[in-house]
Amino acid sequence: MMGINVYLALIAIATLLSTYRVFRGPTTVDRLVAVDIMTTVTTGLMVLFALYYGRMIYISVALVYALLAFGGVIAFARYLEGGL
Amino acid sequence: MNALAIIGEALVLIGTFFYSLSALGLIRMPDVYNRMQTSTKSATLGSLGVIVGTGLWAVGKGYSPAWIVQTIAVAGFLLLTNPISAHALIRAAYKRGIPLWHGSVVDKYAEYLASKEQVGNAEAPEEVSE
Repeated sequence: MMGINVYLALIAIATLLSTYRVFRGPTTVDRLVAVDIMTTVTTGLMVLFALYYGRMIYISVALVYALLAFGGVIAFARYLEGGL
Repeated sequence: MNALAIIGEALVLIGTFFYSLSALGLIRMPDVYNRMQTSTKSATLGSLGVIVGTGLWAVGKGYSPAWIVQTIAVAGFLLLTNPISAHALIRAAYKRGIPLWHGSVVDKYAEYLASKEQVGNAEAPEEVSE
C-alpha cells in the first residue's frame, strides 16, 4: 500500500508537463492537444477524489466533466478547421 | 486489505504511470501529429486503469458495489469519446496546413488526395466528350 498521495503526485507531474506544452507550443493545435490531455487527466483525478472523500456522487461530476470537455474540444476543432 | 483492493490499487498505479508517460510524450515528440499519437493513446489507457482501478479499490475497501458500475460507465464513455476528439483535432491541424516533421516518411492522406485529384482530371474530359 503506497497511499493515494503517490498517485496524486504522479497526476500533478502529468498536469505540470502538459502546462509546459500549453505555454510553449508553437501552434494553436499544440496547445489544444495539451488541454485535451489535461482534461482526460482531470477526469481520472476527479474519480480518485471521489474515493479519497468516500462519496460516490463525485463520480457523476467526473462523468459530466468528461462530457463537457468532449463537446468543447470538438467545438474548438471545428472552429480551427474553419467550419463553425 | 483484501485481494480486490490490492488489484485496484495496482491498476491505479499503472494508470497514473501512463498519465505521466503521456505528458512526457507531449514534451518529447517533435511535431503535433506525433504528440497527439503518443499522448492520446497512453492517456486513454491510463484513464481506463485509474477509473476501473478506483472502482475495484472502493469495493475492496467495503463501499457499495454501485461504485464499480459508475466507474465502468465513466471509463466506457472516455474510451468512446477520446479517439473521436483526437481525430477531430488532427484533422483540424492537417486542414490548417501545419507541416509534418522532416523525419516523417509517409503521408497517406496527401496520397489519397492526389489520387482523387488524378481520377477527377481523368474523368472530366470523358464527361465533356459524351
